[in-house]
Amino acid sequence: MSKAIENKANGQNKARSAWSEIIRRFKKSKPALFGLMFILFLVLVSLVTIVLDISNPEIYNNYVIKQNLRNKLDPPSWQHPFGCDEFGRDILFRVIWGTRYSLFIGLISIMIALFLGGTFGAIAGYYGKHVDNIIMRIMDVFLAIPSMVMAVAVVAALGTSTSNLLLAIAIPQAPRLARIVRASVMTVKDKEYIEATRALGASNATIIVKYVLPNAMAPIIVQASLSVGTAILNIAGLSFLGIGVQPPTPEWGSILSSARTYMRDAWHISVIPGLVIMITVLSLNLAGDGLRDAMDPKLKN
Amino acid sequence: MSRYIFKRSLMMILVILGVILVVYAIMDMSPIDPAKVILGDSATEETLAELRKEMGLDDPFMVRYFRYVLNLLKGDMGVSYRNKVSVATQIGDRLPNTILLASCGVLFSLIGIPIGVATAKRQYSTFDNVTMVITLFAAAAPAFWYGLIMVMIFSLNLRWFPSAGMGKGFVDLARSLVLPSITIGIRGAANNARTTRSSMLEVMRQDYVDTAKAKGLDDRIITSRHMLRNALIPVVTVVGLNFGVLLGGSVLTETVFSWPGVGRFVVESIKTQDIPSVLGCVVTLAIMFSIVNLLVDILYAFIDPRIKAQYKRSGVTKNE
Repeated sequence: MSKAIENKANGQNKARSAWSEIIRRFKKSKPALFGLMFILFLVLVSLVTIVLDISNPEIYNNYVIKQNLRNKLDPPSWQHPFGCDEFGRDILFRVIWGTRYSLFIGLISIMIALFLGGTFGAIAGYYGKHVDNIIMRIMDVFLAIPSMVMAVAVVAALGTSTSNLLLAIAIPQAPRLARIVRASVMTVKDKEYIEATRALGASNATIIVKYVLPNAMAPIIVQASLSVGTAILNIAGLSFLGIGVQPPTPEWGSILSSARTYMRDAWHISVIPGLVIMITVLSLNLAGDGLRDAMDPKLKN
Repeated sequence: MSRYIFKRSLMMILVILGVILVVYAIMDMSPIDPAKVILGDSATEETLAELRKEMGLDDPFMVRYFRYVLNLLKGDMGVSYRNKVSVATQIGDRLPNTILLASCGVLFSLIGIPIGVATAKRQYSTFDNVTMVITLFAAAAPAFWYGLIMVMIFSLNLRWFPSAGMGKGFVDLARSLVLPSITIGIRGAANNARTTRSSMLEVMRQDYVDTAKAKGLDDRIITSRHMLRNALIPVVTVVGLNFGVLLGGSVLTETVFSWPGVGRFVVESIKTQDIPSVLGCVVTLAIMFSIVNLLVDILYAFIDPRIKAQYKRSGVTKNE
C-alpha cells in the first residue's frame, strides 16, 4: 500500500508515458525543434573549442587573441567571412570562441538563480502564511530593482570577475523564478498524494524535495529556459558597457563594445555579433515556448 | 478607492526602504576605499583613518544606512568623490532627460497594441504570421544593438537623425529623440503586440462578445468597447513591467546615443569608482520603477474593479 502511494507520488507509474508525450508534442513544433537544435549546436561548438584549447592552446593565442594590425577593420571576405576587428583579429574565430562565455554564463547564472529562487519560492509556497508573506515581500523588494540596474550595481561594487558576473546576472533573475516555483508548489502541495506521504511520516524537507518539486517542475523548466535568453542579453549588455567580460576575452557583447567607435569604417563589427546573439536568444525563446506548449497545451495562446 | 491607493502607497514606501537597503548593502561590499579614492594613493595611513572617521565610514552598517535614508529625505545623496559636486544636483540635472527618453520609449512601445489587435482579428493570416515572426526577432536581440544598426542606417548613411546627443530647441530635440526612443521601446513594442494578440484571442471567445454580435452591434464598437477594454487588462501590467526593463535599458541606450541621462551617468561613475554617484543613480532608478509600479496598480484597479475587490479580501495584490 505505502509503496503504491509512494510510486504515485513520485509520478513513476506515468512518468515515462508523460515524458514521451511531452517529447512527442515538442517534436511536432518545427520552430521549437530548430531552437533546440541550434542550442545543441552551440553547446557542441563550445565543447569543441574547450577541447581544442586544452589540446592545442596555440590556436586560441594565434587566431583569437593575437593582434594582426595589417588586417585592421578588414570587411568580410573569403579569408575572413565575418571580417576583422580593430586589432585585425578574425571575427569568425572570436565569435566561435566567444560562444562558451555567452552560453555558459547564461546557463550557469540561471542555475544559480534557480537554486536561490527555487529554495525561497518552494519554502514560501509550501509553508504559506507568515513565512510566505515575509519571503515574498523580500522578493518584491528585489523585483522593484530593474534587472539591468541591479546587475550594474553588483558589478560596480564587486568588480568584473567571472563569479561576480554570474551573481550579477543571477541575483535579479532569482526572485522571478522564486515566484514561479512558489505558485507551482502551491498548486501541488494540497494534492492527496502529498497528504498521503505526510501521513506516512515523511519530513517537510523530504516532502518538498522528493514529492512536491518533481510534480511542480513543468512551469519552472519553461521559465528557466526563457530566462537563459534574458541572461545572455544582460551579459552582452554589461560587456558592451565595458563592465562585463573583459577584453581580450571574445564574449559576444564585448566584441560589440568597440562597434560604436568604428561604426563609420566597419559595419560588420556591429552587425555580425548582434545577429549571432539574436539567433541564439531566438532559439532559446522558441525552444522555451515549444516546451511550454508541449508541457501544458492549455497555456497555448 | 482612496483607501486602496493609501494602502498601496504605504507598501511602496516599505518597498523603497527595502530597495535602498539592498542597494546600499551591495555597494557596501565594494572593496573600494572611499578615503583612498578621495585622497589619492600618496595619502598616509593616518590621514586616511582621519578622513574615514570624519565621513562616518567606521560606523556600523545600519547607522550608515539610516543616515543615508534620512539624508535622502532631505534630498542629499552625498558628494561625488571625483568632482566634489553634490550627487543629487548631478542626478537632478539628468533625471528629466531620462524620464523624457523613457516616456517616449513607452509611447513608441504602445504601437504594439493596435498591431496586436489587428493580428488577433486576422489570426493565422499571412499578416499575422509575418508580424509574429518580426516580434519574435525584435524581442531576441539586445536593444542597444538595434540602436547601433539604426545609427548606421539613419544617421551615417541617410543623415535623417543625429547619431548622438540631445538636441536643443523643439525640432532638434524631437529629431534627436527618434532613434533612442525606438531603441529603448522596441522590445516593449514586441511584447505589447504579443500580449495584446493573445489576450484579444482569449476575449474573442467569450460569450459576451457573441451576445454583442447577436445584438447586431457594429464590429468596430464590439472591438473597441467590448473586447479591447477587457483585453487591455494584462497589457497594462506588461506596459508597467516594461517600464522597468526600459529604465534598465536606459543604461545601454543612453551610452549608445551619448544621451545626457542617469543611465549614462551611472556607467561613467562606475568607471571612475564614484560610489556615491552609482548608489544615487541606482536608488533613483529603483524609486522611479516603484512609483511607476504603484501607478500601474492604481490604473489597473480603475480598469478592472475585480482587482480592487480582491485586494479588499486578501490585503495583497501585485501580479498574483
